[in-house]
Amino acid sequence: MANTQGTTGVLGWIDERFPLTKMMREHLTEYYAPKNFNFWYFFGSLAILVLVNQILTGIWLTMNYKPAAADAFASVEYIMRDVDWGWLIRYMHSTGASAFFIVVYLHMFRALIYGSYKKPRELIWIFGVLIFLCLMAEAFMGYLLPWGQMSYWGAQVIINLFSALPVIGPDLSVWIRGDFVVSDATLNRFFALHVIALPLVLVGLVVAHIIALHEVGSNNPDGVEIKKLKDEKGRPLDGIPFHPYYTVKDFVGMMVFLIFFAAVIFFMPEMGGYFLEHPNFDPADPMKTPPHIAPVWYFTPFYAILRAVPSFAGTQVWGVLAMGAAIVMLFFLPWLDRSPVKSIRYRGFAFKFVLAAFVVSFLILGYLGALPTTPGRTTLAQVCSIVYFAFFFVLPILPAIEKTKPVPERVTTK
Amino acid sequence: MKKILLALALLILPGLTLAASEGYPLMKAPIDPHDKASLQRGAKLFVNYCMGCHSLEHQRYNRMARDIGLTDEQVRENLIFTGAKVGDTMKNAMPKGAAKQWFGVTPPDLTVISRSRGVDYLYTYLQTFYQDPTRPFGVNNAAFPNAGMPHVLWELQGMQKPVFETHKNAEGNVIKTLKGFELAQPGKLSPPEFKEAMADLVNFLAYVGEPIKLERQRIGIWVLLFLGLAFVVFYLLKKEYWKDVH
Repeated sequence: MANTQGTTGVLGWIDERFPLTKMMREHLTEYYAPKNFNFWYFFGSLAILVLVNQILTGIWLTMNYKPAAADAFASVEYIMRDVDWGWLIRYMHSTGASAFFIVVYLHMFRALIYGSYKKPRELIWIFGVLIFLCLMAEAFMGYLLPWGQMSYWGAQVIINLFSALPVIGPDLSVWIRGDFVVSDATLNRFFALHVIALPLVLVGLVVAHIIALHEVGSNNPDGVEIKKLKDEKGRPLDGIPFHPYYTVKDFVGMMVFLIFFAAVIFFMPEMGGYFLEHPNFDPADPMKTPPHIAPVWYFTPFYAILRAVPSFAGTQVWGVLAMGAAIVMLFFLPWLDRSPVKSIRYRGFAFKFVLAAFVVSFLILGYLGALPTTPGRTTLAQVCSIVYFAFFFVLPILPAIEKTKPVPERVTTK
Repeated sequence: MKKILLALALLILPGLTLAASEGYPLMKAPIDPHDKASLQRGAKLFVNYCMGCHSLEHQRYNRMARDIGLTDEQVRENLIFTGAKVGDTMKNAMPKGAAKQWFGVTPPDLTVISRSRGVDYLYTYLQTFYQDPTRPFGVNNAAFPNAGMPHVLWELQGMQKPVFETHKNAEGNVIKTLKGFELAQPGKLSPPEFKEAMADLVNFLAYVGEPIKLERQRIGIWVLLFLGLAFVVFYLLKKEYWKDVH
């Protein structure tokens, strides 16, 4: 007896009980993706690759890591020296953390230039920003685990931010730490959150992100909806099945990524102190504050915004709120950008200008966030913070002055 | 426009980095991880002069033996003074609490010191102890001012006197900067010999910081070759599939 999918044998038996073939078709072989994806479209699949890398290496690290203040630092060195291939697993995980952010930042940039957050893809974008938030929490908690000086003092600084909040602040920071200072209790709970709570949420959000994507279909560099024009069988004229076309293409992208990834792991695992910070090779010492505490590079833009905001009315809370707002603003992007044109290819100079200013300010903030402050740097950080936020406020009024180009009916290929 | 902005940004950035703090200039450590004789000399210096106070508590004796070209027997006879087994890590017998009382600070474990401070810092630090009667042990250090450590290697290096240069700053205060050293009392080694000995010691500490380093780089070449080949295969596969997409 054939089922609705027309499969027989073992597969048929499964398909009568579980939508295996149906899911394969919906998400791979009959999921039609625009045929004009370019370089910027590699980073979604690369993010999945890095996520899998983090989960697998993370599981193996957990087998020898000890989440206790007295043992954590030594257990990491044990992994680096005495566990067979432990050094490789650890470097894959530490490099993977930075790679995750590189890939995700580029993935988000792609959404910005091609308007991928716009209707009907608002939820994909919101799930995406939630993934970004979750990833930041995951990275922050993971960074405490090696229990080096930067782990310890970085966590101390960030958790102290919460104590700047009015009324509940001090109690909240104690509640987060489970102690009055970062201690064994903090390490133990961050371990729990890092290895199970947040990864669960992360994977759930990634599934939601992809389901939402496959419901509405992918955007593309021309920002045209390929579902508008279909052939007699109902297939988009400009669409090609994700599998095999994009699976084979993404494998090429993955190989290029892995070449860079392996180059870092095998030849510069510290990446000049950016991926593994030098002071983190000193064990955590609650009695000795390092002269310069800097977060890892992927947090520096937000850290620079935090430091750029002066204290006002006797409280530092404004910087904390600004840092939070820098991320929260992203959620509103689909409604702030009111232009009917999606892709930067057909948008006017005004949009290109504000987007360039936004990206450049973000990069400069990232650079400044890694350095100690000086009056000059603080001024520059303030200017860049204003440019960063101005982007969100200028977007709604942009269509009034922006001269867009006509958007083609079909996708274009060079 | 994007390019102009980027160019402007890049123009501003280098100016901002110049404000970094100025310490005693670091000397470049001439280390060679392939030089096993140097690593062995460094190990010998370490166990003789450093290990009384500083441990290498994540480094095993037998791992060291294997990596720097010694047998377990040679290590047992020449490098283990603590009664440790050859499979043990390189701990010492210094009681931590008492050490803090003696030196004001517990002598840190040095297993990964080369990764936290860098080899140039260690190389400079080891050579820039100088006489300073104001300090508890009568010596100070140029790379690490007011270091708590006595000049353990003085019998090798001898004792240096500091050479200061004084000048007045804008506010009219006299500023004393350390310019260099002169040997007040020679040690067992001539200055060039001592320099070489310190290069050996730093070379050894760099090895201990990451014993897998050479192996990792050796494997890395093969991994990259494999990935390069895999890239070609996948690229051709992609081209084959995509030839009918127009």
